Amino acid sequence: MKKTGLNKLDYIFEKIDIREVLEKVYLMSNDHIIKEVLDSGLKGRGGAGFPTGMKWKFTADEKDPEKYIVCNADEGEPGTFKDRELLDKVPDKVFAGMAVAGKAIGAKNGIIYLRGEYRYMLPQLLKQLDGFQKIIKEIGYDFTIEFRMGSGAYICGEESALFESIEGKRGEPRNKPPYPTVSGVFSKPTSINNVETLVTAILVMRIGAAEYNQLGTKDSRGSKVFSISGDTPIPGIYELELGMTVQEFVNEFGDGDTKAVQVGGASGFCVPRKKFADTIIGFEGVPTGGSMKLFNSSRSMYNVLHNYLDFFVEESCGQCTPCRVGCQQLLKGVQQVKKGEAKSAYLNELVKLADTMKIASKCGLGQSVGNAFKSIVDNFREEIIY
Amino acid sequence: MYQVGNLVKELSAKHGRDRASLMPILQGIVEKHNYLTDEAMVEVAKELDISAAEVYGTASFYTFLDTVPRGKYVIRVCKTISCSMKGKGEIIQTLENILKIKAGQTTSDKQFTLLETNCIGWCHKAPAMLINDMPYTELTEEKVIEIIKDYMHK
Repeated sequence: MKKTGLNKLDYIFEKIDIREVLEKVYLMSNDHIIKEVLDSGLKGRGGAGFPTGMKWKFTADEKDPEKYIVCNADEGEPGTFKDRELLDKVPDKVFAGMAVAGKAIGAKNGIIYLRGEYRYMLPQLLKQLDGFQKIIKEIGYDFTIEFRMGSGAYICGEESALFESIEGKRGEPRNKPPYPTVSGVFSKPTSINNVETLVTAILVMRIGAAEYNQLGTKDSRGSKVFSISGDTPIPGIYELELGMTVQEFVNEFGDGDTKAVQVGGASGFCVPRKKFADTIIGFEGVPTGGSMKLFNSSRSMYNVLHNYLDFFVEESCGQCTPCRVGCQQLLKGVQQVKKGEAKSAYLNELVKLADTMKIASKCGLGQSVGNAFKSIVDNFREEIIY
Repeated sequence: MYQVGNLVKELSAKHGRDRASLMPILQGIVEKHNYLTDEAMVEVAKELDISAAEVYGTASFYTFLDTVPRGKYVIRVCKTISCSMKGKGEIIQTLENILKIKAGQTTSDKQFTLLETNCIGWCHKAPAMLINDMPYTELTEEKVIEIIKDYMHK
């Protein structure tokens, strides 16, 4: 089915009777729960897009009696703010997603890792969690959720760095394998899911995989919550059906003068105007955790790139050399080219460095710096040089 | 400088004494005293029976676990792209003028520290800043002056 156009939806934030869903799921077999999520085609909403049902299945298959569900609420990607809104508006769906996942994989413990920047929300969330724990206990779930706070480190959104942080250590990513489903937090089998993924899993449980499958495209099922900012008259949080082109998105959210859209934040891709019509927002085109930033023709793409590189230089954990030194050298390099201290051809060397970082960096941070770097340098080369 | 007193004992009684309790304990000290002194970190190390270097190594990794003196109110102005595009520079300027310090510094009465920070998740309401835990968004010069005056009278 080919989808066209932009379709605003209201599934994710819709108020529902959470007890009803939890009671229904409680009577389902664990295999059935996982099968529904697999059939729904739901992919992780944090940005990486790993199939959620497979993550649950792998964790369920582990024999260890102690397992964990971790909710990744360390939303740090520049331009992303939808998880805060979800925790603010529908926290019960987040908790319920964890309880359902816990039942399906056989975990009794849930941990929500909330970024330090959102600490002001904690008192309210704890109160809501209290009410939720009473509800699931009455139904019969054996599941307890606790909150752990971050302290201002972007890298802790990387799953294994997040586990290290929960364990009271520096948030430095681990080597993989083993993957979290085998050895996650406290070296126990762990399913770590983004806030929105857990909320969407509840939607799948409520309406069923077959109905959910009607939304979106073959590679990108369902709807998604987008965080929209930059040069737009209507910034904010919108739930949209997946499968639209950047052009359709810009027609709705642009200010009439959009020259580029950064899809997926600082670690995502820059799409220039000439590619708007041919680029699909989703796993078949440009994937995104929801961050959509619009730039109009008054913006210097050199400044945008410089800002992103500043960000990565500060947020690289420094553990592996390709990322630590690579980020610094990319920043220094574009500064030199801009000032005329290096020839414009030096940008080609920097692109090679970005490619090397993609292959040689230990985690997703260093591996994805090249996404923004290359897509901005390729498409706006003259703005970087002059 | 502050006296850490019984705080470390209270926090470890609440959160536990295993390694996983380290972050909540350090966060609890910062919540009360705004930063971590060497003495506080040594106390935590003793209480959890780990090396003080482990405590410092962990604390120094996290931006919000400061190991240098900070004021009672730590202002963190977002400098990432959306806030930068929407006038973060003017907000910093206004704060520097009213507090009579530069970004990175603390006022002599130890009330305010002015810092820049990376994306705090309010891009649709840029420019934005945090004062301790509280976010302030859609900032203008007038709004910033009003907010700081309120804190000055607290």
